[in-house]
Amino acid sequence: MGTLNMLVLVCLVYVAFLFLVAFAAERAAIRGKGGWLRSPIVYTLSLSIYCTAWTFYGAVGYAARSGLEYLTIYIGPSLVMVGWWWVLRKLVRIGRTQRVTSIADLISSRYGKSNLLAVGVTVLAVIGTTPYIALQLQSVTVSFAVFSDVYDASAPLGEQESNALLVAAGLALFTIIFGTRNLDVNERHHGVVMAIAVEAVVKLFALLAVGVFVVWGIGGGVGDILQRIDASKIGTWQIEGDRWATLIFLSAAAFLCLPRMFQVLVVENDSEDHLRTASWAFPAYLMVMSLFVVPIAVVGLDLLPAGSNPDFFVLTVPLATGNNSLAMLSFLGGFSSATSMVIVAALALSTMVSNHIVMPIWLNSNFGGATVSGDVRHVVLLSRRISIGAVVTLGYLYYRMSGGGTALASIGLISFAGVAQFLPVLIGGIFWRGATRLGAFAGLTVGFVIWAYALLLPSFGTGTLVSEALLAQGPLGIGWLRPQAFFGITGMDPLVHAIFWSILLNALAFFLVSLGGFPSPVERLQGAQFVNVFEHSGTPQGWSGDLVQSEDLMIMAQRILGAREAQGLFEREAKRQGMGGVLPEPSPDFLQVLERELSGSVGVATAHAMVEQIVGGASVSVEDLMAVADETAQIMEHSSQLEAKSQELSRTARQLRQANDKLTQISSQKDAFLSQVSHELRTPMTSIRAFSEILRDTDRLSAAEQTKYSTIIHDEALRLTRLLDDLLDLSVLESGQVSLNVQTGKLDGLLDHAIATALTGSGQDSLRIRRTRGHKQALLRTDLDRLSQVFINLIGNAQKYCDAENPELRIEVSQSNGQVTVDFIDNGHGISKKDQAVIFEKFARAGVQRASGAGLGLAICREIMTRLGGTVSYLPGQGGAAFRVVLADQDQLAAQ
Amino acid sequence: MGKSVLLIEDEPNIIEAISFILSRDGWSVATHSNGHDAVGVVVGSRPDIVILDVMLPGKTGYEILRELREVEGLVDLPVLMLTAKGQVKDREMAERAGASRFMTKPFSNSEVLEAVRDLVTG
Repeated sequence: MGTLNMLVLVCLVYVAFLFLVAFAAERAAIRGKGGWLRSPIVYTLSLSIYCTAWTFYGAVGYAARSGLEYLTIYIGPSLVMVGWWWVLRKLVRIGRTQRVTSIADLISSRYGKSNLLAVGVTVLAVIGTTPYIALQLQSVTVSFAVFSDVYDASAPLGEQESNALLVAAGLALFTIIFGTRNLDVNERHHGVVMAIAVEAVVKLFALLAVGVFVVWGIGGGVGDILQRIDASKIGTWQIEGDRWATLIFLSAAAFLCLPRMFQVLVVENDSEDHLRTASWAFPAYLMVMSLFVVPIAVVGLDLLPAGSNPDFFVLTVPLATGNNSLAMLSFLGGFSSATSMVIVAALALSTMVSNHIVMPIWLNSNFGGATVSGDVRHVVLLSRRISIGAVVTLGYLYYRMSGGGTALASIGLISFAGVAQFLPVLIGGIFWRGATRLGAFAGLTVGFVIWAYALLLPSFGTGTLVSEALLAQGPLGIGWLRPQAFFGITGMDPLVHAIFWSILLNALAFFLVSLGGFPSPVERLQGAQFVNVFEHSGTPQGWSGDLVQSEDLMIMAQRILGAREAQGLFEREAKRQGMGGVLPEPSPDFLQVLERELSGSVGVATAHAMVEQIVGGASVSVEDLMAVADETAQIMEHSSQLEAKSQELSRTARQLRQANDKLTQISSQKDAFLSQVSHELRTPMTSIRAFSEILRDTDRLSAAEQTKYSTIIHDEALRLTRLLDDLLDLSVLESGQVSLNVQTGKLDGLLDHAIATALTGSGQDSLRIRRTRGHKQALLRTDLDRLSQVFINLIGNAQKYCDAENPELRIEVSQSNGQVTVDFIDNGHGISKKDQAVIFEKFARAGVQRASGAGLGLAICREIMTRLGGTVSYLPGQGGAAFRVVLADQDQLAAQ
Repeated sequence: MGKSVLLIEDEPNIIEAISFILSRDGWSVATHSNGHDAVGVVVGSRPDIVILDVMLPGKTGYEILRELREVEGLVDLPVLMLTAKGQVKDREMAERAGASRFMTKPFSNSEVLEAVRDLVTG
């Protein structure tokens, strides 16, 4: 019992250590010190989640049962890695250019961004992976049981189950914490990758330690072991050609198609160059992993009583020789293998489930369209977290129900065969332009039905789901449909049989249906992008967005990416287009960039659907199709040169048009300004003149009338003064002759003062101010009076113009990269797009209401902010009217 | 009963001043203060003379005048235009739109009175 407690303790310490590693890696990545996190070695080690508990424990059992056949499981992936130039490089390039988040995402993206296809792949992946997760839970609990020394196949199930539950809960927790810390647009999880890299080292070290112990501790060195191998039946096993070929193919296919492998190979990949290193380093890792498998199996068969489970020789051999600490190390190796697999599998599956099933449903059912404001990132994260829990729970339930009986290797192979059904669609999609969505549907369906019928169902044991009669005579007595002898071809190994027929018919259905149909325009474009990813990364367009409201896109993007990121992206794009302001033109290029950014968070199909919802139907223009259709090398080159030229021309033309617009505007502004000044001066003067004449010329005015008329004269005189003050202020600011009175003060206090001043004399409830706390300690060094003038003006405007029933102004202060930003956002109807363009101009008043100001307030604000080295601008897409004040960098001394 | 004036102007103090001057002279004064539905109000009330400001919320005085001149029976309706923009081109625009007379703010009370009397009797 002491050993067992010790074991639990070691386990806990190890898990805590993994948390620490993951946490440190995340921290380093956030601080930008994570260069070493992105080394090719870490990438290679992370690939080792291919070696699960099945490999760690099961390979020895496999060798004990079937001799050298276990090697096939290593040969397949090694071939894939060595031939990386052919498939992997392409997959990684596509994954990066298309911002693919999972294998389901890749397939759906290739076949016309079809979400239905993504849902299908996701469901199939879950079905194929669940038994595998169960397998990992089983291996951990059984290895616990081996230690507790009371292990026999049936007895302490209760305790095993509670162990499994604990392990499952722990894994789910780890994945949730490090897999969904944030919604990274690149979907990279440095913490998780680092932790599994560490686990890769632990399991390799553990297996090597046991191997060394077996060869030199128990056996008498290499020569002795070789003799023992020759003597045992492992040495005499024949290689069955068909089974070997099938298994090598199967493991290679699974290596590419397993959702968890896709996650580490493609999604978490930081650089294509890493593949170069991994192409030799990973096969080397596998070779070292497999080095001692046979010796351990042979010694185990010799040493332990007949009938002991060879799957756990790695544990039982050290235990039987009383070497408890080695056994414990070996246990940790197995534990590492199991946990790293479950973590990455849960992460990959949850991304798929969340992106392709939960989010589309949520976005469609809740709150209507994509343009409703409000951040949905928390929904995405929540749905990922719940999905992780669900995936792990599913694995646990499968484990409970299956009772953990089957030998490890056979569950593993069935799972492999299931996901291998993705292979034709995946390879076809990246190498064959003619592959279509319907073909993909057909292939996947055929493949999975055969897999389930010929392999999965019979695996539960004859007489449970598949009756003896069905197996012997076929369904309804149709002989050629017997699950393990299609078309009456008997004598094939059941596994080989199932894989042969499922993959063959899958590929055939995929091929024939693709040939028989026409790809839709979007499929064509995506097909060209995928198949020719190296020739033209990122050229084809998807959208024609002439009619799009950029503002709607902004609202949508803010919900998915978060306000800051979205605004940053839009601003960058606007700048790239050579435009000022926050909103870029909805050019095809921009829409494509936006769609990619969004797909990093919610998957390609959903992102496409969301953009489509705003842009509207016509997403592929005739030119796009022409570009895809006529693409002999010369035409492509020629047209791309022309395109570059014409882009350059249109850019120049746009700049010229803008300059011209600006000049015309300035000239007419000058006229308009004079005319406006005249108007604004003459209006109060008219009242003054008329009433003073009335007072002068009219007899018999009542005292009340006299008072009233002189009050009007007085008020209008004040209005004139105010106007002249504003005009002078503006002209001083504009001429640059203003002298700034630079002081140091706190932003918080400044805002307090501005709010108090702006609201003086108005009723308490005329405008409710809501301020977000935090960040307000910013120390400013600037002309505080002038800055305060800007704040007062903005608050005053909200008070005057906010048309909500319960007017409310939100003041949000934030800091990033040393820049302080103050947003003033009210809950009214906002300012119309037409007015947004002019509100900062002199004498511009939004809307029809005549308010007390002359329309110079915002013009003055803008001049002040320019003098202070900052900006003030309208922030579209916030619901109400929203203004953003950005303070100059150097204004900020320190922030605590 | 005196003749009727419709004053279309959006500045409350100016409305008050002109109403005061004209009603003391025996006119019955109605006022209206936005541009959107000004034409409808004129057509509905058929005043003897309209005093029309140029800068109105919703529609400019020029637009209103142009529309009025197209209404049957209103081609000869006397319209006195007031504007606070004293430039030459403003006067030209008023003439083109069909103003009977044009006056720049600030005006003297007696001038307004005189102009209104002139336009209605003459």
